Amino acid sequence: MTAVSDRASEILGLHPATGTSVTERERLRSIRRTAVILGLLCAGFAAAYLLWDVKGSWSYALDLRSRQLASLVVVGAAVGASSLVFQTIAGSRILTPGVMGFDSLYVLIQTVIVSVLGPSALQLMGVPERFILNTALLAGFGLLLFRWLFRAHSRNLFVLVLVGIVVGSFFTSLATFASRMLSPDDYLTLQTVLFASFTTVDVQLLGVTAAVAVLGMAALVPLLRRLDVVDLGKDAATGLGLDYHRIVTITLVVVTVLVATSTALVGPMLFLGLLVANLARQIVPTHRHTVLVPVAGAVGVLATVGGQFLVTHVFALNTTLSVVVNLVGGLYFLYLLLKAVRL
Amino acid sequence: MIDIKSVSHSYFDGAPKVLDDVAIDFPPGQVTALVGANGAGKSTLLSAMSRLLVPGSGQVLLDGVDVTKAAPTVVAKRMAVLRQDNRISARLSVVDLVRFGRFPYSSGRLSPECHEIVERALEYVDMTPMRDCFLDELSGGQRQRAFIAMVLAQDTDYILLDEPLNNLDMRHAAAIMQLLRRAADDLGRTVILVLHDINVAASYCDRIVAMRDGRVVIDGSPDEVMRAEVLSEVFGMQIPVHRVSGQLLAMHWAPLPAPALQAV
Repeated sequence: MTAVSDRASEILGLHPATGTSVTERERLRSIRRTAVILGLLCAGFAAAYLLWDVKGSWSYALDLRSRQLASLVVVGAAVGASSLVFQTIAGSRILTPGVMGFDSLYVLIQTVIVSVLGPSALQLMGVPERFILNTALLAGFGLLLFRWLFRAHSRNLFVLVLVGIVVGSFFTSLATFASRMLSPDDYLTLQTVLFASFTTVDVQLLGVTAAVAVLGMAALVPLLRRLDVVDLGKDAATGLGLDYHRIVTITLVVVTVLVATSTALVGPMLFLGLLVANLARQIVPTHRHTVLVPVAGAVGVLATVGGQFLVTHVFALNTTLSVVVNLVGGLYFLYLLLKAVRL
Repeated sequence: MIDIKSVSHSYFDGAPKVLDDVAIDFPPGQVTALVGANGAGKSTLLSAMSRLLVPGSGQVLLDGVDVTKAAPTVVAKRMAVLRQDNRISARLSVVDLVRFGRFPYSSGRLSPECHEIVERALEYVDMTPMRDCFLDELSGGQRQRAFIAMVLAQDTDYILLDEPLNNLDMRHAAAIMQLLRRAADDLGRTVILVLHDINVAASYCDRIVAMRDGRVVIDGSPDEVMRAEVLSEVFGMQIPVHRVSGQLLAMHWAPLPAPALQAV
């Protein structure tokens, strides 16, 4: 080491191998502590969800509840991780797939499938095939939508938010229109396809979505360090030798698949991602996606499992999780817009 | 050697050309200033050189290889670029930022050697005491120094900067210019930067390239450029030039009689 670095090491107490200072190691420690607390909270709520207030047959309750728990975990983790990553590539803390009208696109695609192919086609198809068809369509259209949005309006955040909301309402209206054309029976089929709720979980669907979600998150792992650079903005990232367009496109594909997965399981939850991703950024003040993404996943799990636990046992199922999430998330979204921090 | 081969560019079809058949080269080992009025094409030229923009026609060669076709990390190890607008939404400390300079070498996993280079870069710009501060806690001058440390940590032969003195007071502006001058003299870096103040360019740079309407008007040493008739052609206004204590001064701020604006 040179004399200069030696002096710096002495003043700052630099760790020779990792080059981290005392302050940095303290920050890392506090992040680790937060992660442990988060993990414990997740585990605690999961246990409570399984074991709280069991009446009657334990094996029946555990079987049902573990399935519900698994789907809550898949949804929470997928939505949390994908929303945080989406914020990074969108270069904004206000934009998430939900806000950009992605959920409404899912509803529209489902409705169009039912009205074009007919409900019998869907039922004949079998769960895995149906899921793959849905996800492929959603990923394809979502990718087109996002690419167009980012290219045409990449400069102005408020235009993007507005376009997202307009596009979302447009898709919703189209879906409503298409569903009006259906017979009552077909409509009922559509409803069950759209809102497979947490309380009744199809084991087959759960298996497929869990597998795809795990694959999607595995695909995120090699991208994480590159996403740190994406966060610096397009020019700086290009200057550092990142193939910006390729990374953003790959990430968008993974995000669309993850969002499709969670939406296919439990239907749209507009503001869950926004809430979870921003909470994650607040509780671990770091730029590192290797930390941020897992934490966002964990916060997502906490939100869905904890939220559903409260809905079941405190509100005695008088309300649903998505209502609670959208109420809290919607208020938080307004707060973010008004404060307009870090656009 | 950065070799610009007849580069032209306009931002959309039918728009006036922001770069009009620019052909110029930058041999290693000098500090070069790009000067000119707003809209002369300086920043666009810098973007084209640093492959942030693909020009409509022509090409930019870095040691004989087209920068838009070369592997991104290969270019990033030879040429670093710092843009004007560096708003970063992530919560970064100074040292986190500087570590990004090692990305082309490490893909984010820094070796002990990388860490040493990062600490040296911090020391070089005199930011070691502030290494763990977050960027939003810094003043403009400190921020700019942190960004320059990142560029130095990238360890490239070429450093391109777009108006690095923007929003800096004169003390910090002078400090940044001295820093860049030292990087060229001591570390052998080739620095190309966009500057607004012709006097700063004349005092710190070896070469001045003046542009107007997307073309290079003059390309020469400070002595060749700092002449009233040349400056009037570049900036479209009368600017008397005087020698004060051996230094050429363009008196564009001179009070009465006001410099008459030429009809452009």
